Amino acid sequence: MDLSFWLPLFFAGAMGLALLIYVLLDGYDLGIGVLLPFASDDEKDLMIGSIGPFWDANETWIVLGVGILLIAFPQAHGIVLTALYLPVTIMLMGLILRGVAFDFRVKAGDARKGMWNALFAAGSLIASAAQGWMLGAYITGLRDDTTGLLFSALIAVTLPALYVLLGSAWLLIKTDGVLFEKAIRWGRNALLPMGLCLLLVSVATPLVSSVIADKWFTLPNAIGLLPIPLITATAYAGLVWLFNSPVILRSGYGWLIFAALTVICVMASIGLGYSLFPEIIIGRLDLWEAAAATESLLFIFWGTVITLPAILGYTFFIYRVFRGKATALSYD
Amino acid sequence: MELDPFMLARMQFAANISFHILFPTITIGLCWILLYFRVRFTLSGDKAWEYAYSFWVKIFALSFALGVVSGITMSFQFGTNWPGFMERAGNIAGPLLGYEVLTAFFLEASFLGIMLFGKERVSNRMHLIATALVAIGTTFSAFWILSLNSWMQTPAGYRIEDGVFFVESWWEVIFNPSFPYRFFHMLNASLLTAAFLIMGISAWRALKQVDGPATWRVMRTGAAMATLLAPLQIWIGDLHGLNTLEHQPAKVAAMEGIWETENGAPLTLFGFPDEEAKTTHFAIKVPKLASLILTHEWDGEVKGLNEFEGTTPPVAPVFWAFRVMVGIGVLMVLVGWWASFVLFRQPQESRGEHPWLMRALSAMTFSGWIAVLAGWYVTEIGRQPWVVNGLLRTSEVVADHAAATLMGTLLGYVGLYIFLLISYIAALRYLATKPARSLSLLPQAQRFHKAEEEGA
Repeated sequence: MDLSFWLPLFFAGAMGLALLIYVLLDGYDLGIGVLLPFASDDEKDLMIGSIGPFWDANETWIVLGVGILLIAFPQAHGIVLTALYLPVTIMLMGLILRGVAFDFRVKAGDARKGMWNALFAAGSLIASAAQGWMLGAYITGLRDDTTGLLFSALIAVTLPALYVLLGSAWLLIKTDGVLFEKAIRWGRNALLPMGLCLLLVSVATPLVSSVIADKWFTLPNAIGLLPIPLITATAYAGLVWLFNSPVILRSGYGWLIFAALTVICVMASIGLGYSLFPEIIIGRLDLWEAAAATESLLFIFWGTVITLPAILGYTFFIYRVFRGKATALSYD
Repeated sequence: MELDPFMLARMQFAANISFHILFPTITIGLCWILLYFRVRFTLSGDKAWEYAYSFWVKIFALSFALGVVSGITMSFQFGTNWPGFMERAGNIAGPLLGYEVLTAFFLEASFLGIMLFGKERVSNRMHLIATALVAIGTTFSAFWILSLNSWMQTPAGYRIEDGVFFVESWWEVIFNPSFPYRFFHMLNASLLTAAFLIMGISAWRALKQVDGPATWRVMRTGAAMATLLAPLQIWIGDLHGLNTLEHQPAKVAAMEGIWETENGAPLTLFGFPDEEAKTTHFAIKVPKLASLILTHEWDGEVKGLNEFEGTTPPVAPVFWAFRVMVGIGVLMVLVGWWASFVLFRQPQESRGEHPWLMRALSAMTFSGWIAVLAGWYVTEIGRQPWVVNGLLRTSEVVADHAAATLMGTLLGYVGLYIFLLISYIAALRYLATKPARSLSLLPQAQRFHKAEEEGA
């Protein structure tokens, strides 16, 4: 078996998986941050309570994703992060603000709670939009012409809408009563912009890059790929139907929303992975050109094979410990 | 000072990493202290230990959050500011950072949830295990990152092909020559920082007469730690210095302000190093002492800065930072012994009789921070102009950003960090004064509040 061929492939898959998990997990807590201003004070405590035990570990998935980029594809890491210097900086400031606001809002005294709530929401929105911008720029192969910038701006709007939906979906699992009803409303409102943007992104991606267009719209590939848009469309239709049948959601099936969103995100990841492969930066660098030395990859490969299942295992354990409806958290 | 992009990139990285290190320094040490409180409570069933845990775990969580978010910044800054470092040394740096994420970050971030919010949901034993796992996680994290930093100071186990580093032996990379010294020096620094933090805030509470049943015990815990660990730190520091002399003599020459190679070199206590004139003005010297300390011989040879033309670090910051670190270290020994002498012979009721000790301790609350920053400035500025000592220059790996971009983001970061630091210290003050009321969201909180009143 040729390790110098397989190891970069393995790490590309692991990076994709880490970033997908990041979007799903940190997505819901970022989304809850964006939704915070629309809730009453008691509801705010409950919303924060529902993400309290999880957000820290959720955020670690982006460190792993970027970490793998750095470990396995150091050449690409340098190019991507240098090109995305400003959006990365803005995202980091957003993440810093929301991460600390989470603690400060209950520890800095009641007089300042309002300010920290506002910073939590602002930080979440800034980080979400900046991540969208980065994703957009990455898909275009880091183009900095008008088309590239417009496309980045488009995704900068999409991703927060997706996060808001994930946040609503999380609240449908973790809350009941008034907040639950609000979550249905929030989710329903975010559904249309998110769907519209998803559609635009799907149309725009092949338009922005002719390489991607060729991959999707030539026979017989196009037929084999058909399940991806079909499943996505079905899941989206399911979301629309569920949000308009709140009786189903109220009778304990709130988790279906999160499941449908997961399906959409998985399909989007497969689609994106297919579009990019085997490049790691479109038109510039492929996986193997960007890869680190095989002996370095092998050393971290064993670590990954052993620790990643353990991480998934105890993540599952933590979610089990804190299952059920959320309560406002106390640090006592 | 001329602000070229290279200097700005270094200042930005320095600002980020200086802000970041403040919080892990607290959490690595504090987590082991929390585990100690937790174990004492489990063994004795004494509510005071539980109170100590629940008070300090709040401060731990806040410090941890600041460490996490500023740490995420660090993981991106390698790429945004120093892409050349990853392109050249990525084969070595990458896996070490990767192991930090895989073995430490997830462990601490995940079990922190149970530690903070899980007391009602898991068994007492599981809660104790979660606390232990977070403590182990923070220490693993220090292990990997200090291994990488030490490798940059004393590279080993590598070969270079076309300017790119490749690994020859992972064992030699991880356990490179300066790693054991730096690792234990930093772990101990973290324990000391946490010891003075818990003593400082407890003393402040005693002065304000808002102390609870556990305050005196917490102060004693800190005093016992300081009494043992502060002298230990000076010993480890000495060993670390000998190791640095062997591998990075230019750094030691800058620390000591020694310009000419000498046998029986004097120790400069104070003075003003002048790089232009290559001399230290108004130096107060103790004959032969530098040779004795560094070589453990009266007439040992100490190399001067002039031997390392073109590869010397900036002298004044290294020289001054070293004196700040050592000065605080000595102060820690003295105050630590004083605290133990008083606290272990007196009951809590006597606190009003020792206002000067209480004031001294509360003045020393953040002394660990200053010593740790000073220590890191010695070792990091002392490594310049190299990013990988002797092999790769910092200027070779810098990213190509416009000075204006770097200046703008630098100001953004610094502004944000100042705001957060003020908020952090204000929150600590607030928690110290009104520990139970601020968080009384659940009936449980009132229970502690009551316990505190009864005990006080």
